[in-house]
Amino acid sequence: MNSAAFFIIGIITLSGAFAAATLPKLIHAALSLVVAFVGMAAYFFLLGAEFVGLVQIFIYIGAVAVLIVFTILLTRREPDRDRGRNWGGAVVALAVFAGLLWTILKAKAFDVSAPSIQPLTVKQIGEHLMTNYVWPLQCVGLVLTAALIGALILVMEEKR
Amino acid sequence: MSDSLDQIFINAKQWILSLLSALPGWLTPLVSCLINIAALLGVFLTLFAAISVLERKILGRMQNRYGPNRVGPFGLFQPVADGIKMLIKEDIVPVRADKLVHFLAPILIAATAILTLGIIPYGRNMTPFAIDGGILFFFAVGSTTELAVFMAGWGSNNKFSMLGAMRAIAQMVSYELPLIITTLPDVMVVGALSPDAIVAAQDGYWTGVLPYWFVTTPWGAAAFILFFVSGLVESNRTPFDVPEGESEIVAGHMTEYSGFKYATFFLAEYFGMFAISGLAVTLFLGGWHAPISILEFIPSYVWFFLKLSGLLFVYIWIRGTLPRTRVDQIMNFAWKFMLPMAFTCIVAAAVWHYLGRGFAGWLSSLAVIAIVYVALSRLLETKKRFATRTYRFAE
Repeated sequence: MNSAAFFIIGIITLSGAFAAATLPKLIHAALSLVVAFVGMAAYFFLLGAEFVGLVQIFIYIGAVAVLIVFTILLTRREPDRDRGRNWGGAVVALAVFAGLLWTILKAKAFDVSAPSIQPLTVKQIGEHLMTNYVWPLQCVGLVLTAALIGALILVMEEKR
Repeated sequence: MSDSLDQIFINAKQWILSLLSALPGWLTPLVSCLINIAALLGVFLTLFAAISVLERKILGRMQNRYGPNRVGPFGLFQPVADGIKMLIKEDIVPVRADKLVHFLAPILIAATAILTLGIIPYGRNMTPFAIDGGILFFFAVGSTTELAVFMAGWGSNNKFSMLGAMRAIAQMVSYELPLIITTLPDVMVVGALSPDAIVAAQDGYWTGVLPYWFVTTPWGAAAFILFFVSGLVESNRTPFDVPEGESEIVAGHMTEYSGFKYATFFLAEYFGMFAISGLAVTLFLGGWHAPISILEFIPSYVWFFLKLSGLLFVYIWIRGTLPRTRVDQIMNFAWKFMLPMAFTCIVAAAVWHYLGRGFAGWLSSLAVIAIVYVALSRLLETKKRFATRTYRFAE
């Protein structure tokens, strides 16, 4: 049952990602990327990481996808010019993929049968964020606040 | 007796499942899910039909006219006529439209609206989709609506559609913030993200009369009002219906949709309204708990739907009362007033919690909210006064 789900989700995710890389219209590519994001969230659900899956949907579809779509909309389009394939991007993607593959194959946990997964509750995550990982949380908060203030300064009308 | 009446739907479901016990084991959870989905859709489609005619009747009453009264007794069969009309209308797709995106947008928007209804506890043991992070699920799925609205606006290839979608997304993104932040005090006080736990925390009565609903605390009342206003914006209802302001941009992102696709948008809008109201009932109005302990013999789902209908009536009442606001007014209100007040609710809830949740905490949290409210009103005072209106062409 789980392996069937794994393959179905994998096919959907990969086809979404492939479509995002190849479709000629940018908006179509962005919407296909959303399909890939949904597939990733489905993988998290399959692994019992409910909270991470929900956050994946929340941030990547609710915020990142909307941001990408708006960026495409607000930048200039030149439909006549065909830029051809961006081979530099393909090289970077292959390098990242090879690096990840190398790390995963090197890891020991790969050939050990997986232990029964304890479903991670939201409460556990909250407690860890407030005790062990307070510093990273605060740093992320600081970075986000700085980004917010920076965005405000960018759009603020200049006073003469 | 009252207990069996309360659990009648649960028992019915168990009975159906027991009939199927001869079938293979993996089928039982599937059938259980299907029963939940069928019940959810049946109840809310009926409610949609009822509210579509009741809204027109109530608005008619408020505007001193009859409203629909031709089809059936008192015009009660109006939804049937509307449904048939919508079904047999021609489905027009613009030539220059992006066919696939144009087609997928209504499906996505309706699917997300139905999904968000799943996590709300409708009665004792009556949550169709009980998960640990229910509140997060609600907002995660709800945030997908923005993408669907964008798809509708962009796929139609029409400037009114695009403008409407832009307006809708701008106000939805802005008001998502106060909407989510006003649920945080609840989550903090209860210590759980599941709607069932939040409803369970509002059980019990103060000396048998006053319920322990969160709306009875100052932070809860303030958060409820903020949540309700944000809900009005999220469901694009008057006075915040600029995305589909008929007098300015035809019908916003729905301009190029006709027939059943338009009906799907309409349905998604109402389902979104039901979901937001249902969540407001769950978070602040005690969910399915009875308001007075002697009335507890009335089944829990009756209480839930009574409260839900109360909120829906307020939605209609506001629509019949207030004119449409301007886009800049909506945005200013969100960022300058709603957001600081939402943060104040968190602080007030913390004060209430650490002063022992008693009368002292009640007064202190009221003081926190009152101080910030007065300070904000002073700060945002624009000194603009309305001049007496002079009519040039009318007497």
